[in-house]
Amino acid sequence: MGQTLAQKIISKACSKDYVTPGEIEVAKIDLAMIHDSGGPRRVKPILDHLGVGVWSSKKIVVVSDHYVPEFDSETKAIQKLTRDWVKSNNIQAFYDQMGICHVVVPENGHLKPGMFVVGGDSHSPTGGAFGAYMFGIGATEMAGVLATGEIWIKVPETIKIDWSGQLNEFVTAKDMMLYTCGRLGMDGGKYQAVEYTGSAISSLSMQERMTVSNMTAELGGQAGLIKPDITTKRYLENVGITNIETEFWESDEDADFLDSFSFNANDLVPQIAAPHSPANSRNITEEEKIAVDVAYIGACTGAKMSDLRMAANILKGKELASGVRLLVAPASKKDQNLAKDEGIMKVFEDAGATILPNSCGICAGYGSERLDADVICVSSTARNFQGRMGALSSGVYLGSPYTVAASAITGCITDPRHFIEGKYE
Amino acid sequence: MSNTGLVWCFGNDIDTDILAPGRFMSSKLEVLASHCLEALDPLFASNVKPGDILIAGKNFGVGSSREQAAQALKYLGIKAVIAKSFAGIFYRNAINLGLPVLIGNASDVVQSGNRANLKIETGLLELIEEAKIIKCEPMPKFLLKLIEAGGLVPHLEKRFAKEKIIQ
Ligand code: SF4
Repeated sequence: MGQTLAQKIISKACSKDYVTPGEIEVAKIDLAMIHDSGGPRRVKPILDHLGVGVWSSKKIVVVSDHYVPEFDSETKAIQKLTRDWVKSNNIQAFYDQMGICHVVVPENGHLKPGMFVVGGDSHSPTGGAFGAYMFGIGATEMAGVLATGEIWIKVPETIKIDWSGQLNEFVTAKDMMLYTCGRLGMDGGKYQAVEYTGSAISSLSMQERMTVSNMTAELGGQAGLIKPDITTKRYLENVGITNIETEFWESDEDADFLDSFSFNANDLVPQIAAPHSPANSRNITEEEKIAVDVAYIGACTGAKMSDLRMAANILKGKELASGVRLLVAPASKKDQNLAKDEGIMKVFEDAGATILPNSCGICAGYGSERLDADVICVSSTARNFQGRMGALSSGVYLGSPYTVAASAITGCITDPRHFIEGKYE
Repeated sequence: MSNTGLVWCFGNDIDTDILAPGRFMSSKLEVLASHCLEALDPLFASNVKPGDILIAGKNFGVGSSREQAAQALKYLGIKAVIAKSFAGIFYRNAINLGLPVLIGNASDVVQSGNRANLKIETGLLELIEEAKIIKCEPMPKFLLKLIEAGGLVPHLEKRFAKEKIIQ
């Protein structure tokens, strides 16, 4: 009986030849990623209580990104505690205010195909873009992982989502995922493994694949896998990882899938998800003319280099609609520097955008900037739950970076295809 | 394990931002818990009593990995959550914190304010005044054991205590 990619990775983590979906196994962790919110401040009291240290300081990555920049006594205390804990546990891989964890971890070469990884954050499926089985867990469970290097897992079935064809101009990975959430719902992933296949997936850049895997969280999947290929290899070589074996890490032809869905990228148009759910998505042509106050290019989902390029492509030489604020929080320092070199940061500044720090920022409402009462925001982030980004009375529309940029220029939700060369006056 | 209390009913897709709002995430648990579910019922946190049971529709706990979502419910005295389905991370978090989570269609039948008795091992929910019994799926044995231990931390305490003796 063939195995799915998910089964292969979990078998290896359990030191077995084969694992059966539905059975509970105990697996060894290759890497654990934690951040300042769910990390040291939450796991330290538990580890102290148990009287044990971490199982392996070399297999832990710590990223400070949620309460960044620190702005009051509570957030300052969180950052200090994080730094102290990293030092006393001798953890080398510590990224203090360098960007958002899901972007910083791969860009520093911590993820490889076939790895079994946990992250103390719900968007941890992002790592699936590299062919790693990566999933999010809470802080108590993370404390257990840090103490033992193990975790129980119910071996997942795999749901296959196939995208044939090719994306049209101004249609993106974000649109694919909003569309998928709209079709399957926020529990469509059934907390199983989701595997993305097809020509439209394999022609995506690595960062666009990360957006796909990232939003597996919105689909309710445990992990969101894409089989590694030449694009993966090139990205990894760029971050200093060579000798990557990709051939083995794919689902066997006779593997069993719980479900398969087929979509055609040729037919996809830009999507918009209305408040307060990513599954509340529809073709943008149905939502135009809704006025916006704030446009946000941010988050692990929507402010990577590829996202910044999309937004700048639309914004180049244009001005914001009067009264609209455009906020840009590049997902990592590295990407912001690249964007600077490409002249993209200048495009944002010239358009009148406010540049925010490389952190989660408004995405989860943890920082000092939040949406005020009754504000309508169009955002490149992953979730628009009520009250997440600020006041309960604010409303968030989710779209691609193209859509956010186009809407910032016109002042209302706008189909970015109006900006195809020469069309917009 | 058996428990009697009032039930609180909520709908589908109750997310972690409703259970543990981001803007109170840097505060102490008691502050955070006082805002639990306030977007749907501003009086929930002040009126819920220890022993009460929360009943919801599908995909309960969808969203973030923040375990404060489960912790706030536990802090307020909720003894178990019954939902048509759970978001995976919330489900794991609840078990790790020793909060029983059962899958069942109770939300179609039960109303807020009903008095009910829940037997955790068998998953039987009895509506006392209505003399009605609703069957929920019993939890897998492996997970029930974690709940019985009081969650992951007490379970690890035992494990490390044993390892220390062996050494
Ligand atoms: S940017 Fe938003 S979605 Fe990404 S890790 Fe931060 S809070 Fe979560």
